[in-house]
Amino acid sequence: MMSDTNYLTTDFTLRSWFLTTDHKRIAILYFASLIVFFFIGGAAATLIRIELATPQADLVSSDVYNRLFTMHGIIMVWFFLIPSIPNTLGNFIVPLMIGARDLAFPRLNLMSWYIFMLGGCTTLFAIFAGGVDTGWTFYTPFSTLYSNSYVIVAAAGVFIAGFSSILTGLNFIVTIHRLRAPGLTWYRLPLFLWSLYATSVILVLATPVLAITLLLMATERFFGVGIFDPRIGGDPLLFQHLFWFYSHPAVYIMILPGMGVINELISCFSRKQVFGYKFVAWCSLAIAAVGFLVWGHHMFVSGQSLVASLVFSFMSFIVAVPSAIKVFNWTATLHKGSIHFDAPMLYALGFIGLFTVGGLTGLFLACLAYDVHATDTYFVVAHFHYIMVGGMVTAYFGGLHYWWPKITGRLYSEYWARTAAVLIFFGFNLTFFPQFILGAEGMPRRYHVYPPEFQVWNVLSSGGATILAVAYLMPLFYLGYSAFFGKRAPANPWDAPGLEWQTSSPPPEHNFTTQPVVTRDPYQYNEAFQAEPQNA
Amino acid sequence: MWRQWIPFWHPGLSPHSGDVDLLFTGLLIASALVVGLLFFLLTLFCARYRAGNQTDRNHRVKKSWHWEVSWTAASFVCFLGLFAWGASVFFQIYRTQIDEHDVFVVAKQWMWKTQHPGGQAEIDALHIPVKRPIRLVMASQDVIHSFYIPALRLKHDVVPGRYQDLEIEIDKPGHYHLFCAEYCGTDHSGMIGEVVAMEPADFSNWLTQQAPSSPLASEGGQLFRELGCSGCHGGGGTVRAPPLEGVYGKPVPLSDGTTVIADDRYIRDSILMPRSQVVASYQPVMPSFEGKVSEDQLLRLVIYIKSLAGHP
Ligand code: HEM
Ligand SMILES: [Cu+2]
Repeated sequence: MMSDTNYLTTDFTLRSWFLTTDHKRIAILYFASLIVFFFIGGAAATLIRIELATPQADLVSSDVYNRLFTMHGIIMVWFFLIPSIPNTLGNFIVPLMIGARDLAFPRLNLMSWYIFMLGGCTTLFAIFAGGVDTGWTFYTPFSTLYSNSYVIVAAAGVFIAGFSSILTGLNFIVTIHRLRAPGLTWYRLPLFLWSLYATSVILVLATPVLAITLLLMATERFFGVGIFDPRIGGDPLLFQHLFWFYSHPAVYIMILPGMGVINELISCFSRKQVFGYKFVAWCSLAIAAVGFLVWGHHMFVSGQSLVASLVFSFMSFIVAVPSAIKVFNWTATLHKGSIHFDAPMLYALGFIGLFTVGGLTGLFLACLAYDVHATDTYFVVAHFHYIMVGGMVTAYFGGLHYWWPKITGRLYSEYWARTAAVLIFFGFNLTFFPQFILGAEGMPRRYHVYPPEFQVWNVLSSGGATILAVAYLMPLFYLGYSAFFGKRAPANPWDAPGLEWQTSSPPPEHNFTTQPVVTRDPYQYNEAFQAEPQNA
Repeated sequence: MWRQWIPFWHPGLSPHSGDVDLLFTGLLIASALVVGLLFFLLTLFCARYRAGNQTDRNHRVKKSWHWEVSWTAASFVCFLGLFAWGASVFFQIYRTQIDEHDVFVVAKQWMWKTQHPGGQAEIDALHIPVKRPIRLVMASQDVIHSFYIPALRLKHDVVPGRYQDLEIEIDKPGHYHLFCAEYCGTDHSGMIGEVVAMEPADFSNWLTQQAPSSPLASEGGQLFRELGCSGCHGGGGTVRAPPLEGVYGKPVPLSDGTTVIADDRYIRDSILMPRSQVVASYQPVMPSFEGKVSEDQLLRLVIYIKSLAGHP
C-alpha cells in the first residue's frame, strides 16, 4: 500500500517465480503445491468413505481399496501435513516475525522446494503407475517380500522429500539463531517461532532415521539381504522400531506448528498476552525432546518385551503433560480478555476442543490394557485424525485466514469464512466421532469389507465426510475470489503487535524499508485493548 | 445390575474383559470431567469477556507460575494413576501358564488355521470349552497378522519367525468374532473367523465328532522319521545327538555355559537355527531345516517332542 511495488508485483515472469529466492514467493510455491496434494489425498479419502458406506465391497476391489488408503496416508502425512504450516506460513512469516530480509539460506530454501516436488512427483508416479498397497507404515516383511506394488518407487519419493524436510529444518534453526532483529531476545520471540524451532529440531534429528529405514527396506526388497524378514535371518520388529523412532516424533512435527499458530490467534483475538509465555515456550521443546522416547507405544501388542511396553506407556503419559499444560494456558489466556470472534478465532477455539479430544484419547491408547483392545482399530484412526485433522488442519486454516491479508494484501469475506469454520467443526465431529465408537466396538482399521453390525456408525461417518468435503472446498472459492478481487488490506488489519504487521500488506520485496528494532515483549496490549507494536 | 447400563460392557465374558471395560469407563469418566470443565470455562470466558461486554477485567492474574505448577502437578498425578491401572491389568491379560490345554494357530494370507492336540483342524474357526483357560500357540507362515477377539478385548500380533503364546478364556457360550487386526495384504478384511465357546460336554462331543484323522503327535512322529531326525536323535545312529525324551519343559545346559528352558520356542529355534543354541557337550553338526518344513509341520514336530515328555 505504502510503496507501490510489493513482492508480488516486482516481476511477473514465470522465471521470476521459479527461480526466486524470496521466502515469500517460495511460500506461495509450496502453498500451491500443497493444495494439489491436499485434494489428491482428499479424493482418496472420499472414495474410501463412499466404499465404507456399505459393509460389502461395491465401489472398488480390495486391491484398489488398499491402494487408496495407502495413497491417502502417504500423501497426507508427507506431502501435506509435514510441510503444511512450516513451509507455507512458516516460510512466509518467520523472517517477517524476526525482522529479517529473508531466511538464512534463501537458495537452499528454493532447492528444498524442488527436492520436495521431485519427491512428490516420484510418489505420484508410483501411485498412478499402479499404486502401493502397504499402508503408509510400510510394515515388513509385507512391504519387502510380499507386496506386488510400487513400494520402492513410493518409498523413494518419501526418501527424497525427507531431504527437503531436513533442509527446511536447518534453515529455520539457523535463521532463528542468527537473524533476529536487534532487541529481539529469545523470550521476546512470538511463540509461533518457539514451536517452529522445536519442530525444526525434530525435522533435522528424526528424518535421517526414516531415510535409513527406507534404504534398508529397499535393500531387502531389491537384493534379498536379510534385514527384516525372518526367513532370511532378519527381524520384522526391527523395522517397526526404526519406523516409529522417526514416525512418532513426526507426529509432533505435524502438531507443534499448529500449536504455535494457535498462540498467535488466541492472543490477538482476546487482546491479551499469552498466559504463561515461558511455560508454553519450554513445553514445545519438552514435547520435542520427550517425543523421541515414546515410539514403542505403537508396538504394545507386537511382542516387544512387557517391560519395554511398561516404560513406553509411562513415557507416553509424560509426553502428554506439556500438551495438557498448553491447553490450560490457552484457556487461561481468554480470562479477562476482550474476545473477538473473527474467523481465525473460530478456528482457534475449534482447535482447542478437537485437540483436547485427540489428546485425551491418546491417553486411552497409552494405557496398556486398553490399547490391547483399541490398537489397530478405528479408535486409533479417530484419535489421530482428531489431532492431525481436527488439530493441525484446523490450525492451518486458522493461520491461513489470519495471515491471508498479509500474504495477498486482500481481505476475504468474513461471512463465508465463519460459515466454513463452523461447518468444518461440525462436519469433522460427525465424520470422526463415530469412529471412536466403531473402534471401541472392535472394528479393525484398514478393512475393506466389515460385519454388518458396524454399518450405522460408518454411514454417519460417511455422511459427516460429505459435509467436511464441502466445507474444505469452500475456502478454495472465497479465498480464491479474495486473492484477485478482495478489498485491499491495510498493513495491520487485526491490530496485532507482531513485527510482521508493521510492514505493508503485501510486504515489499525485502520485507522492511527500515530495520526494525524490538523494544517490547510479544503480545502487548494497552488498557484499551490496542496493540503496542514490538518495535515502537 | 449397574454394569449393564454401561455401554460396550459385556459382563462376565472372560476374567479380564470386565477389567478392561472398567478401565475404559474410568478413562471415559476422567475425560468427560476434563472436557466438561474445559467446555464450561471456554463458554464462560467467551460469553463474559466477549469484546464490548462491560465487565470487570481488572486484577488480571499476573503471576502465573503457581497456576502452572498446580495444573502440571494435577495432570501428572492423574496420568500416573491411569498408567498404573492400565499396566496392572495389562500384566494380567498377557500372563500365560505353561500347562494349559493348547491350541495351535497358524496364520497365513488370508486365513486362520487352528488345530487341537487331538488333530481336529479348523479353518477360520476355533471351538473351545467355556470357563477354562486355553493356551494358544500362534505362528505366522508369511507376514505379520494379529489375532483379535473384540469380545475379549484381547489381541496379539502373530509375527513370522517366532511362536507367540496367548491365553484366552471365555466364560459364556456363544459365537464371537475373530479378526485379523494387522494389515496383511489384499484380503486382510476377509481374514476373519469365528470363535465358538461351548459347554464342556458339548465341546467333548464336538471333539469326538470331528473324527481326528490322526493326533498331531503321531503325525509329528512320522515326520520325525521321514525328515531323518530319528537318524541322529533316535540313539542308534553313528552321530551323537541329545536324546529328546523328557526334554520338554526342562532346563537344558548349553555349550556357552547358559541354561534355557526347553519350551516351544526353543524347540522350534533348534530345528530352524540349530547352531545358535548348542547343547553342552555336543558338536554343532545338526543341519538347519529352515525352508524345508512348513509352520504346520513344525508344529507337529514340536507336539511330538512334547509328547515324548509325557505332555498331552
Ligand atoms: C497427547 C499426546 C498423545 C498421546 C499420549 C498419544 C498416544 C498414542 C498412542 C499410544 C498411539 C498408538 C496407538 C496404537 O497404535 O495402538 C498413538 C497413535 C497415533 N497417534 Fe498419538 N498420541 C498423542 C498425540 C498425538 C499427536 C500430537 C499426533 C499427531 C499430530 C498423534 C498421531 C498419532 C498417529 C498418526 C497414530 C497412529 C499411527 C498409525 O498406526 O498409523 N498422536 N497415539
Ligand atoms: Cu506415537
